[in-house]
Amino acid sequence: MLAALMPSSASTQGATTDAIFFALLGLSAVILLLVLTLVVTFAIRYRRGSKADRGALPAIISRQFELGWTATTLFAFLFLFWWAGSSQLSALIPPKDALEVHVVAKQWMWKTQHANGAREINELHAPVGVPVRLVMTSQDVIHSFFIPAFRIKKDVLPGRYTDTWFEADKVGVYHLFCAEFCGTDHSRMLGRIVIMTPEDYAQWLTSQLEGDDLAREGAALFTARGCSGCHGPSSPVHAPKLVGLYGRAVPLSDGRTVMADEAYIRDSILLPHRDIVAGYDPIMPSFAGILSDGEIQSLIAYIRSLASSPERSVQPGTASSGSLVPGTPSERSPAMTPGNAVRRQPPGEFDGGKP
Amino acid sequence: MTTIAAPSGDLPVSSEPSYLSAGYTLGSWLGTSDHKRIAILYAISVTLFFFLGGIAVTIVRVELFTPEADVVTADTYNRLFTLHGVIMVWFFMIPSIPNIFGNFLLPLMIGAPDVAFPRLNLMSWYLNIGGASLTIYALIAGGVDTGWTFYTPFSTMFSNTHVLATAAGVFLAGFSSIATGVNFIATTHMLRAPGMTWFRLPLFVWAIYATSIVMVLATPVLAITLILIVAERWLGLPIFDPSRGGDPVLFQHLFWFYSHPAVYIMVLPAMGVVSEVITCFARRRVFGYTFMVYAMIGIAGIGFFVWGHHMFVAGMSPYAGLIFSFLSFVVAVPSAIKVFNWTATLYRGQISFDAPMLYALGFLGLFTIGGLTGLFLASIPVDVHVTDTYFVVAHFHYIMVGGTVSAFFAALHFWWPKITGRLYPETWARFAAILMFFGFNFTFFPQFIVGYLGMPRRYHVYPPEFQVYNVLSSAGAVILAAAYLMPLGYLAWSLVWGRRAGRNPWDATGLEWQTASPPPRENFPRTPHVDVGPYDYHPEGMSPAPYQPRHRGQGDQA
Ligand code: HEM
Ligand SMILES: [Cu+2]
Repeated sequence: MLAALMPSSASTQGATTDAIFFALLGLSAVILLLVLTLVVTFAIRYRRGSKADRGALPAIISRQFELGWTATTLFAFLFLFWWAGSSQLSALIPPKDALEVHVVAKQWMWKTQHANGAREINELHAPVGVPVRLVMTSQDVIHSFFIPAFRIKKDVLPGRYTDTWFEADKVGVYHLFCAEFCGTDHSRMLGRIVIMTPEDYAQWLTSQLEGDDLAREGAALFTARGCSGCHGPSSPVHAPKLVGLYGRAVPLSDGRTVMADEAYIRDSILLPHRDIVAGYDPIMPSFAGILSDGEIQSLIAYIRSLASSPERSVQPGTASSGSLVPGTPSERSPAMTPGNAVRRQPPGEFDGGKP
Repeated sequence: MTTIAAPSGDLPVSSEPSYLSAGYTLGSWLGTSDHKRIAILYAISVTLFFFLGGIAVTIVRVELFTPEADVVTADTYNRLFTLHGVIMVWFFMIPSIPNIFGNFLLPLMIGAPDVAFPRLNLMSWYLNIGGASLTIYALIAGGVDTGWTFYTPFSTMFSNTHVLATAAGVFLAGFSSIATGVNFIATTHMLRAPGMTWFRLPLFVWAIYATSIVMVLATPVLAITLILIVAERWLGLPIFDPSRGGDPVLFQHLFWFYSHPAVYIMVLPAMGVVSEVITCFARRRVFGYTFMVYAMIGIAGIGFFVWGHHMFVAGMSPYAGLIFSFLSFVVAVPSAIKVFNWTATLYRGQISFDAPMLYALGFLGLFTIGGLTGLFLASIPVDVHVTDTYFVVAHFHYIMVGGTVSAFFAALHFWWPKITGRLYPETWARFAAILMFFGFNFTFFPQFIVGYLGMPRRYHVYPPEFQVYNVLSSAGAVILAAAYLMPLGYLAWSLVWGRRAGRNPWDATGLEWQTASPPPRENFPRTPHVDVGPYDYHPEGMSPAPYQPRHRGQGDQA
């Protein structure tokens, strides 16, 4: 019976969330029953004119009662906080071997892209039992990526990356909802999460339109868009080389140090004059309006593939956007012009075909 | 606070005309500076807004009866829930209890002839009406589809609806709030009757005082936020636009920095009302009066530091999230204390179940559920799942409608005899109270379930497996709507045919019951002198004596 009142739970986080939920439900039920029982008992026993004893209470008792229940509530609440808070922290960092999927939201559609370049619209295929990390951004307004069965939700912001992750533990098809009100067709911004066995997933992935590997696509762009003219290994221009950059701390000319993560790389491409690497002149032109969002993602994938150590080095507390940088990431983030970006995008960019 | 006895000496009942008969022209109302008449002006306008917001949500609930879009288009739907939210929050919840009952009662309860700045008080009403008219005009002529939260960059760059006019209206209403708050603070500080010390103040006065402080401190932030929206949308300054270095999430911080305290603007006055009503009908002085006062101050204070719990999934630092989670658990403690104290007040009382008491007991149950589900939302992993779903819709309706609106009706019935001098038909009133409680749970409890199942809020169409809960909820809303309409009928009836109430139909303590019903223009024929604390229902060492209800016994002609 209770099962019918619960959404199916199909992820490892789901179990934790449900456990906390049931603990809260139990505690609430106890408190509510206590209050209701007392109110009803008092209401009957001390109704007007009843014969019950009504002498005054000794002041001492009332003082003790008050302190007692204040302390008890405080203690119970702090315990809940500790439990909920600590389980949240442990779920913060995606495992190192997580599959990475890029998500771009726009009014009113979800676009997802796998590491090998396979793209989907309003769908996401993923293997069971494998952690999947989602790196998300929006092209217009704030959306929110919500998979009830996995108990995850994260806002998807324009001009900024947010990330979340899940590990599905049941094969099946699940709802994907947009949870942050985003305009006319908000309630139609739906998708399906298709969880498959690893074998089926591998087969599905290879049967997808032979998309270039995202990083290889980025490598091609790196030359085509002229980045390699300065950053290439044999370039005469005094510009930072990008091998090993990703995930490293970068000293800036103004004395700050930033973490070279997705947001930093993106900012360096679109707003190169914001953060100048120590020892270099601010000669790089901005690529804002020249590179599409998808192209930047490919470039980031390429630069990441150049990292000497393949490990991700996200610190707890930095999400994906490096809070070692003073100011919020979005203060540094240029991003696309909402609305325009959608139109500027090469046709077919995300329909699985090539631009 | 050990000795508490009745305000000494019966004040003579004045033979002066009541405030109602101080003039019959429209001008005598629209130009009045009498706090009681201004309260009536608010009562009329706020009631109007309540029903306007109600009509909008009726259509919303009809639409949600089926999973398909079969009644209104998506755009209309979005405008309707925005209209419902904007009106209910800014033009019903925030002004209702403080501006109607606070205005009417604050001077009476502290023994003052009026508020400190009577003309400012009238100006507040005009600001409120001006703002409301602008907003309602915008909401009806074209509408707004941003939701009452106006999240950027949707509201500044994408919505092509009347965002500016609506924001301007809310902005004006904000000034009304600030002016009212300043007025009430000054009144409480300066105009207390001789002997009315701080710890002799009725809890309702404390509640209004705490609310006023929150209003004065928080509302300017709302004003600034709305100005920023105008600056970006109208003047094109890059504030929230990420493509020009703006921060889309900044708005949410500013907005909730106001709007979370605003939740306490809505609920603190309700707590004040419930304290007055429970103590009167239980015939016991409020259990732990000083704790009740500190709890209110605590809620008002800590309430400023929990805004981030609205943004756990908005991509803020997880450490910030933990701090907000912690503070949110802490702010729940004083509310819990209040629930326990109200319950304890019933112990060894002489309880009677007149309509105001039924509403207050309803408040107790519903507010408890609303508060407990707040703990779910303060627990980050659970919040991640249920935020922006119907679970949240249910939670805030339990607090705001189950709590504050119940208290509003409790106040309306409790002080109706004082305001109008007439008694209403008690049986009808009790029936409406019970129906409201039943209809409320029927409407909103299913929303907790459908929310945990994952139905997002602000959805015009939804997957069919959620339908059964939505049908329940819509059916409950029919009952609830009927229950809201009933008081309109019998209270209007009582104005003409109701029995005269007399000075003090409930045998209540408190200065407002010491003067005539309805009170004369100057409130008291001579300034009352107070030498005891509040709630002398239960003099030291004695059993509380039950009161003899006038509405069932002999009428008492004032
Ligand atoms: C018969 C009574 C009521 C019903 C059936 C009702 C129903 C609803 C529903 C279904 C929504 C959600 C719309 C959505 O998210 O798609 C909603 C939102 C809301 N309601 Fe009510 N409501 C009622 C009374 C009230 C009252 C009395 C208040 C305040 C005094 C109130 C305040 C709000 C607010 C602030 C929102 C948020 C609007 C938004 O999402 O922007 N409601 N209500
Ligand atoms: Cu969306």
